[in-house]
Amino acid sequence: MIFSLAIYGAPFSSQSSDTAYQFACALLEQGHSLHRVFFYHDGVYNGSTLATPPQDERNIPASWSQLAEQHGLDLVICVAAGLRRGMLDATESDRWEKPSHNLEQGFTLSGLGQLIEATMVSDRMITFGN
Amino acid sequence: MTEQQPDPKKILFLNRRAPYGSSLPREALDAVLMASAFGQEITLVFLEDGVFQLKKQQDPSNIEMKNFSKTFGALALYGVESVYVEQRSMEKRGLTLDQLLIPAKIIQSSELGALLEEQDQVLSF
Repeated sequence: MIFSLAIYGAPFSSQSSDTAYQFACALLEQGHSLHRVFFYHDGVYNGSTLATPPQDERNIPASWSQLAEQHGLDLVICVAAGLRRGMLDATESDRWEKPSHNLEQGFTLSGLGQLIEATMVSDRMITFGN
Repeated sequence: MTEQQPDPKKILFLNRRAPYGSSLPREALDAVLMASAFGQEITLVFLEDGVFQLKKQQDPSNIEMKNFSKTFGALALYGVESVYVEQRSMEKRGLTLDQLLIPAKIIQSSELGALLEEQDQVLSF
């Protein structure tokens, strides 16, 4: 079965992204495919490479990044929701003349159309709220 | 980029939040507009505090928010006409259909399951 996930919760604040991450691992283990993970609303913070939790705690952005590398996942942060909240890649950082960028490896900024496209082509779109 | 589009899907958007306590309702409406641009068959359901999103005469200027409720008026132009409000949510909040910005149908909570069942996908906000 083809799944896509929509995540609205910020990491370390809401259980949302932890649950989504565990769900993603479980569905991949069971041989399903994950078409896209779309980060929207406060979920965009899941892509911050600057997240620095204590060393004995899970690092959610890094976990997503590793999972994406292992399975070739498409991790998309909504560009409009992301820019508002200070999630920038190098291109956007240059465009808006900001001093830095903070997108974790494996994440991309793209439009809301990616959420709808994922909804259209997946058998199941699962929302993880905040 | 030319990409072949799959057949339209029946997508239901579930809206449960008051319009300005969170940015989620505004972001949900953005997603609805995007889905309509993709030519999808869209249904909107408002329940719990979500019914406040459709209330006429919103003015959030004092809290420095944009009044995004005007956009609901444009939905019909985008072909989004299937709009439901849940009966008890309306009644508990003292709202009637004539206080809403756009035409909506009343749905009982007992009928929601069947409506959800008809959909290909549900996006919950």
